[in-house]
Amino acid sequence: MAADALLQLRGVTKRFGGFTAVDAISFDLPRGVIGGLIGPNGAGKTTLFNTVAGLTRLDEGEVLLDAAPIQNLPPHRIFAEGLSRTFQIPRPFPEMSVLENVMLVPLGQSGERFWNNWLRSATVAREERAARARADEIIDFCRLASVRNDQAGTLSGGQLKLLELARVLMADPKIILLDEPAAGVNPSLMLTLVDQIKALNRRGHTFLIIEHNMDVVMSICDPIFVMAQGRLLYEGDSAGARRDPAVLDAYLGDLP
Amino acid sequence: MIGLVSYIVFFLILSLIFGIAVLGLNLQWGFTGLFNAGVAGFTAIGAYTMAILTGPARDAVLGGFELPFVVGLIGAMMASGIGAVIVGLATLKLRHEYLAVATFGIAVTIQLVCLNWEYLTGGTLGLIGIPNPSKAWADGPLAQNALYLLVVLVVVGLTFAALERIVKSPWGRMLKAIREDDIAAASLGKSPERVRLEAFVLGCMIMGLSGALYVSFIGYVSPWDFLPIVTFQIWTMLIVGGSANNRGALLGALIVWGVWTMSGFVISRVVPSEIQAQGGAMQAVLIGLILVVTLLIRPRGLIGEELHVSRHARS
Repeated sequence: MAADALLQLRGVTKRFGGFTAVDAISFDLPRGVIGGLIGPNGAGKTTLFNTVAGLTRLDEGEVLLDAAPIQNLPPHRIFAEGLSRTFQIPRPFPEMSVLENVMLVPLGQSGERFWNNWLRSATVAREERAARARADEIIDFCRLASVRNDQAGTLSGGQLKLLELARVLMADPKIILLDEPAAGVNPSLMLTLVDQIKALNRRGHTFLIIEHNMDVVMSICDPIFVMAQGRLLYEGDSAGARRDPAVLDAYLGDLP
Repeated sequence: MIGLVSYIVFFLILSLIFGIAVLGLNLQWGFTGLFNAGVAGFTAIGAYTMAILTGPARDAVLGGFELPFVVGLIGAMMASGIGAVIVGLATLKLRHEYLAVATFGIAVTIQLVCLNWEYLTGGTLGLIGIPNPSKAWADGPLAQNALYLLVVLVVVGLTFAALERIVKSPWGRMLKAIREDDIAAASLGKSPERVRLEAFVLGCMIMGLSGALYVSFIGYVSPWDFLPIVTFQIWTMLIVGGSANNRGALLGALIVWGVWTMSGFVISRVVPSEIQAQGGAMQAVLIGLILVVTLLIRPRGLIGEELHVSRHARS
């Protein structure tokens, strides 16, 4: 299993003053899976995401992506290595259109060097046409076609979750970290979201998902990692999680 | 009639020179969200560089290079750009009001250096005799000013076109994304530090260009031309015209400079002579009033921001 681990955490620890938010977490996430990261509020799940994605520096430990260390790289470098994440509370660029929120994403655009817009405008225009075509496809896939030219700030909460997904897809990352993708999403939109995640997984995308909706977690996530009070309580399949006394005590309770 | 035409030409030259500085600030604040409260300092660097490079020899003061006008413009932009790299590397990790306080302090420091480093700047007396290229090509003040207006129009046109090309592009899209949420932008692979520094330096180079055009026109530079009120005027021009819109930046320069000069005229005619000395303060209050009214009734300025950033994303 370890040989094909895409994301490896080795003793990842994050402290805020005297409080240890993430306490020596170690696990391997195999390539091609949809992993679930669950646990009670305040367990340290989002902090772990922030640490892995480079938004906060870890105090100890190692994070390996495809066996290469990525811990403490700045977030834009970690993204370039192939790890992208969405946010628990969506962070759109509210005054930009949905289309340009998505077109922003591709790495290495010639037009991101300002001088290329003067000196190589034909290349920039060609790349922009390609980026637009791909963005249009992804927007359709994420069922955002009707709001393509709307300001992102006018979208509903559920649409913003889809926009977050659309943006990370634009980069074609090796692994996508989704932070509560179903929170605040109405049931029909949630089915769409789950379908899209499954479809993307079939195409080879690896996911690690923080989610409180146990129907979603139990139906699509395997393996499951359970955190409580900063520590890893359980690692294994969903059936095992439902039977594990420590998991039941800390989080699941009497889940049917 | 000739008097009116002369006045309009004179007015257009100064307001368009201000307009160039407003375009520079627009790149920083309008598109990137960088609160540069030190605009006057970067125009001063450009102005003094122009004066030193193109001006005549002076006793005990650096100069006498008498380089061509265009070399002076390029040198002014380079000097302001180098200043901006140093200031930017030191301050761009600061956000919003903290960046404003830092850049304001730096501009005041630059003004004090201009006031005191006599070998470089001529001290309180400033530098005189800076050549105006139009004087070699035309006879009479009106023709000379009309020619200089043409030069300024060409520079404004080139600056505007160059800026439009880069802000309506993938680079401009990054600026806007970083302005709106730098954490999200970094999580999507963009480097806020690099992009902020680029926008800051380019904006300051344009401010330096504005300062250089100003001293060539006036023929004289002194530290009193770069007091904080200049920064305040340029900010007001941007807010009134419309932040994140280059047309708005130029329109704001014309309107606010128009109000400034007309109010000076009215104050000189209407206000009793014993309080004429406070005329400048009254003008500043008026400009402040325009700023507040704009923010209250039209916070996005006269011409607001466009929805689509990249010209390639338009339907």
